[in-house]
Amino acid sequence: MTADTADKAATKSSAGPNLQLLRFAESITIPVLALVASALVFSVFLLAIGKDPITFYSLIWTGGFGSSFSLQNTLQRAAPLILTGLAFAVPARIGLTMIGGEGALVLGGFTAAAVAIPMVVGGVPPFVTLPVMAITAMLTGGLWVGLTGWLKYYRGVNETIASLLLSYIAIAIMNFFVEGALRDPSSANKPSTMPIGDAYRVGNIPGMDVHWGLAAGIILAIALWILMSRTTFGFAARMTGGNARAALAQGLPVGWLMVVCCMIAGACAGLAGFFEVAAIHGQANASLVAGYGFTGILVSFLARHNPIAVVPVAILFGAIAAAGGVIQRRMGMPDATVLVLQGIMFVVLLVSETFYGRIKFFQPRSTGDRI
Amino acid sequence: MDSAVITVLIAMLGGAIRVSTPFMFVALGECLTEKSGRINLGLEGNLVLGAMVAYAVSFLTGNPWLGVLAAGGAGLFLGALHGYICKLPKVNDIAVGIAMMSFGTGLAFFFGKPFIQPTAPRLDAIPLGDWTGNPALAQALQVNPLFFVGIILSVIMWWAFRNTKWGLIVRMTGDSAASAKAMGVSVDLVRFLATAAGGFLAGIGGAFLSLYYPGSWNQGLSSGQGLMAVALVIFARWDPIKCIFAALLFGAAGAIGPALQSVGISQGYYFFNAAPYILTLFIMIASARSKGAAREVPGELSITK
Repeated sequence: MTADTADKAATKSSAGPNLQLLRFAESITIPVLALVASALVFSVFLLAIGKDPITFYSLIWTGGFGSSFSLQNTLQRAAPLILTGLAFAVPARIGLTMIGGEGALVLGGFTAAAVAIPMVVGGVPPFVTLPVMAITAMLTGGLWVGLTGWLKYYRGVNETIASLLLSYIAIAIMNFFVEGALRDPSSANKPSTMPIGDAYRVGNIPGMDVHWGLAAGIILAIALWILMSRTTFGFAARMTGGNARAALAQGLPVGWLMVVCCMIAGACAGLAGFFEVAAIHGQANASLVAGYGFTGILVSFLARHNPIAVVPVAILFGAIAAAGGVIQRRMGMPDATVLVLQGIMFVVLLVSETFYGRIKFFQPRSTGDRI
Repeated sequence: MDSAVITVLIAMLGGAIRVSTPFMFVALGECLTEKSGRINLGLEGNLVLGAMVAYAVSFLTGNPWLGVLAAGGAGLFLGALHGYICKLPKVNDIAVGIAMMSFGTGLAFFFGKPFIQPTAPRLDAIPLGDWTGNPALAQALQVNPLFFVGIILSVIMWWAFRNTKWGLIVRMTGDSAASAKAMGVSVDLVRFLATAAGGFLAGIGGAFLSLYYPGSWNQGLSSGQGLMAVALVIFARWDPIKCIFAALLFGAAGAIGPALQSVGISQGYYFFNAAPYILTLFIMIASARSKGAAREVPGELSITK
């Protein structure tokens, strides 16, 4: 709440109604209030099932940020969420509700692991193998989600349903190969591809116990923010998102913009899959289907599809995920607790959308116009 | 004909009847909601929560039909919530659908944890194939009463949309909110009721999953049937009768994998399991820009714009 009150103070002290500042304050205050409201709703839920909300939230704090170990755990989990959050945010800017991040992550991770097998066997050094893996993951993810954009513009297929169907198909493709042609015979209980081995792992950021995926996510977030808000491409994309017909009438290449935005999204999610394989699991298996793609949707909504804001929001959700284990053990609650919390946050957040432009405080006082 | 082919065909027939029922209920619910001009993408959440509630109630009370009713209630709750939120200005119904999907599955996994182990009483089937003297065919023709409920319901809906005042009001709200308002109809109320009722039906579809086929409760029970049913409604062009045939087609596609496995073809099991998704995608590609679909689509629907 401190950020929120600080903003209010800032708006009051500014001389005259500064529209940009007011809108900025509004776009921070409403999501923060929505977070607080969803925390309250979840507290009611906890009280109803006889658990103590204060213990719950203090466990999230200690489990997520309390020690350097838990903080690094949080950042480790935030890394894929930044990338999948970006995967939702970029198409959202052009007006597409693309929810196929999960599939692109799984397929990207799988193809990265698959392309690594001959290179590891052939003794190709890691500094060649890892970039090839990363590029493969981004390309497959990009093409997979790019297909959604293409179908949307050129065939009129609803992108939300198509992207989710493609996610299911992507998971089936991975299972098909992991349990068949590319199965490592020694992976008895959990069918997996051949491990890439420790020499081929992506290391940690120096001085931290967090892999390079976090740095990649933050760099990409900044790059995509610049792309979407400071370039002609981003302007054209946002204009298309505002009114696709007007953009077409202006002669903008709407179809091309949609396909490219979707490809960027898929590349982000594919890169998340690469880091999951190369930094965490060391091989591709069902562990890739961990719901990062779906949590990324919520991350992006809370960040209001702003690539920079995706980073802190992803860290918040990383903390909730990191604290999940402690909450399970200490409070005797199932692992789905986090899912319920996320579901409530999602619903409350969407309800909060209705308040934009309706709170008097954030409206410029001099004129009656709303822009 | 080769006996293996016959076995596969019989298994697919039985599979089509069994697998199609949840598709049928979700599709009928979605059809009703979409006819009123709103889309509910969250019926997957209703399906999963309905499945869990049905199993839990059946286990606790010993009466599976009470479970079916409770599943409908759970679906009604989620549908009403969706309907209420979408009534607010500036709220995107597709995004609310995604949120309800995650909220519904979250609740189901949370409360369903203690019910994964125990065995609940299941729904009985009507043996319609005993006269054939063929055990495989008799097995395939074990039909659950809910299958017939779904068919009767679709005929009633088809008739009601054409011939009743309520059907006309729903269709008018879906085609043009402005004319509905001009006639003094509360658009928000009609859509709220249509979404809630659609949610009820989707919950019943979930009960079929946990109480009949596959007939147990676990977290991997539904694999996107709720979402596929949304695409199915577009394919069926918002016609309840066509929804039934589309559901049977999807059921048959979903039954290919298990049917081939029953004759020992397990190679490519995962590939055939993906058949319904691929089929849905192709159907959407084929029907999205067709002239027939453009004629039948409710005018207020955001999904086809």
